Amino acid sequence: MKKEVLIGLLVILPSIIAIAIFVYGFIFWTVRVSTSNWNSFSSLLRGIYHFVGFRNYKRLFQDDRFIKDLWNTLFFTLFFLVGSMSIGLLLAVLVDKGLKGAQVFQNIYLFPMAISFVVTGTVWRWIFAPGIVPSDPQGINLVFKKLGLDQLMWGWYTSTEHIGPFNLALIPVIIAAVWQMSGYTMAMYLAGLRGIPVDIEEAAKVDGASEWQVFWKIKFPLLKPITLSAMIILGHISLKIFDLVFAMTGSGPDFVTDMPSIYMFELTFRSNRYARGSAISIIMLLMVAVVIIPYLVNSMKEEVRR
Amino acid sequence: MVRKFLTVLLVGVLFFAGTLWAKENALEIFSWWTGGGEEEALMALFHLFHKYYPDVKIINAAVAGGAGTNAKAVLKTRMLGGNPPDSFQVHAGMELIDTYVVPGMMEPITWILKDMNALDKFPKAILDMCSYKGEVYSIPLNVHRANVVFYNKKIAAQIGMEEPPQTWHGFVEYLKRAKEKGYIGLALGDKNKWTALHLFESLMLAELGPDAYNGLWKNKTSFNNDGIRRALEIMKEMLNYINPDHAAMTWQDAVRLVYEGKALATVMGDWAEGYLKTLGWTPGVEFGWFALPGTQDAFMVVSDTFGLPKGAPHRQNAIRWLKLIASREAQDVFNPIKGSIPARLDADKSKYDVYLRWSMKDFATKKLTPSIIHGSAAPESFSTALMDAIDEFVTTRDVDKTFKKILMIAEDNGYNVK
Repeated sequence: MKKEVLIGLLVILPSIIAIAIFVYGFIFWTVRVSTSNWNSFSSLLRGIYHFVGFRNYKRLFQDDRFIKDLWNTLFFTLFFLVGSMSIGLLLAVLVDKGLKGAQVFQNIYLFPMAISFVVTGTVWRWIFAPGIVPSDPQGINLVFKKLGLDQLMWGWYTSTEHIGPFNLALIPVIIAAVWQMSGYTMAMYLAGLRGIPVDIEEAAKVDGASEWQVFWKIKFPLLKPITLSAMIILGHISLKIFDLVFAMTGSGPDFVTDMPSIYMFELTFRSNRYARGSAISIIMLLMVAVVIIPYLVNSMKEEVRR
Repeated sequence: MVRKFLTVLLVGVLFFAGTLWAKENALEIFSWWTGGGEEEALMALFHLFHKYYPDVKIINAAVAGGAGTNAKAVLKTRMLGGNPPDSFQVHAGMELIDTYVVPGMMEPITWILKDMNALDKFPKAILDMCSYKGEVYSIPLNVHRANVVFYNKKIAAQIGMEEPPQTWHGFVEYLKRAKEKGYIGLALGDKNKWTALHLFESLMLAELGPDAYNGLWKNKTSFNNDGIRRALEIMKEMLNYINPDHAAMTWQDAVRLVYEGKALATVMGDWAEGYLKTLGWTPGVEFGWFALPGTQDAFMVVSDTFGLPKGAPHRQNAIRWLKLIASREAQDVFNPIKGSIPARLDADKSKYDVYLRWSMKDFATKKLTPSIIHGSAAPESFSTALMDAIDEFVTTRDVDKTFKKILMIAEDNGYNVK
């Protein structure tokens, strides 16, 4: 018994060491940088650590741009989650029905996930490029014009209009992200649906449940773990989103489509404000942690129960 | 097991030998010249280098990405990690001095220019931009001008603009007429943000004049200056004539609007001239140009230079490279292809097109001023913060708020705001 434990430990030791250094070590290092005064290339080079407490964080929360970023992340995450999951579920149910050609569509829906965000970002940028409304529209606006739906033309991601703190320019970005990830959500739900034993469904039908009731009362509750994992996976993608937004719109006019990750990149690699960039990355880590830790605790409890 | 170990060992030995061999006779040149004419121009330089030193293996460590934003991040990482290339492209001015020279990562190379008797072949102002405490730290290879307006001659004729306007009022008048005829007055593509500051810095130059503008960076002129406020007001007026979808466009898209006959003009560095030529236009026939009104006496410089980092692995070859690019021959090989003018004043004018000859004349006679957004005037922390402020201004158009913000940014970076 003892020997087995030892061998087991030896086998996982390399990955423990690697994770300790490359994940936790660097997290610790980033925390350290975020409380330093390394806000120029020369101070970083000199390498003399000067502790400034939470000054970098305080400055961030006084910064209009960062506040806008936080709102944008909130709304983007919210709509992205709701959109991807409802569309994913709908597609999964349709495919699961086993209609003619379901196989083909299943693959078609999955395809977008196989393309990198940078590519789709660039393509969606062309699609939603507004052109000059109303005389010389481009992309989707041009389609609307040809269809005679002139009132639907607007500035898309170049619009600076907002409802409260919600920037309308985020809508095209959300559409692009939902398009890309709903196929993946569908695949997850589909796996879940296929895992539900047929006899449960049949038993319910024998008891006189309608199709609608079977879905909402039997299948959907059984899909709860899938829903939770989908939320976690999509949630952490959207909280950290960078490539799609960077390729599609950049930070946008007046930062209407800016995200913390873009600001972090620009502060760190364009302005040489390493400490402040690190502070943003720590804040992003905390945001993701808020989503992930309850999930981990929950799944750990379940394992103990078993 | 043994075999595996041997394989690993062999790979290790090969790798080591590889680095040794690389140490022997190579030259690694770092740049962000990867697109169209730029890469060709760089290759022509390499070709010339091989003519003199055929045994040297050149490693082209170019990193793609607009205006070098990605390359600069890669370079910083390499310099920090103690793995510098033999020589690298860097804009003259603070991008070189503040980032690399002040922390002591570069070797002074005044002696190279002295050896070549070339110290007086470059304008003094441009060598000053490459210098720190009396020593030159990089060799300027080419010069672009940033304060130029390019315009569509056909539209200009339609609105009766026969002569380039000399004043703001004249220019705005033409923009107004273009708008009345259904054209875009001024094409702007600020998806990547920097183009808005590119426009604004030239407006600052126009309102302050070259001397006061240069004084900003030497703490002789205060940022708390009516000229800067006026520049914001003029910018606000200009913004009435831009394309509404500017936030979806890059500078190339904006130039295309001029090319497609949708916009009268665009304010851009003269790489736009190269772009218009690749689109098939001839300078002076389909398109014209003039220095932005108010900046006729100034030449906003964007200059690519090469320096010598301390600890360059092939120092000898790096020095050969620097001597080569400082020569008239190399500058005349590189620049006609790149679409820029040589930093040396004694170049062979016949190799350049009509636009570049105009630019060369101005370069030799006008006051040279460093560009903010292209890294020459101020440290990157200043220019990116100002870029954000101007990006906001394009939407909010709030002169007072932006002016206050500019003062704050200037103060943060230790400039004069009294």
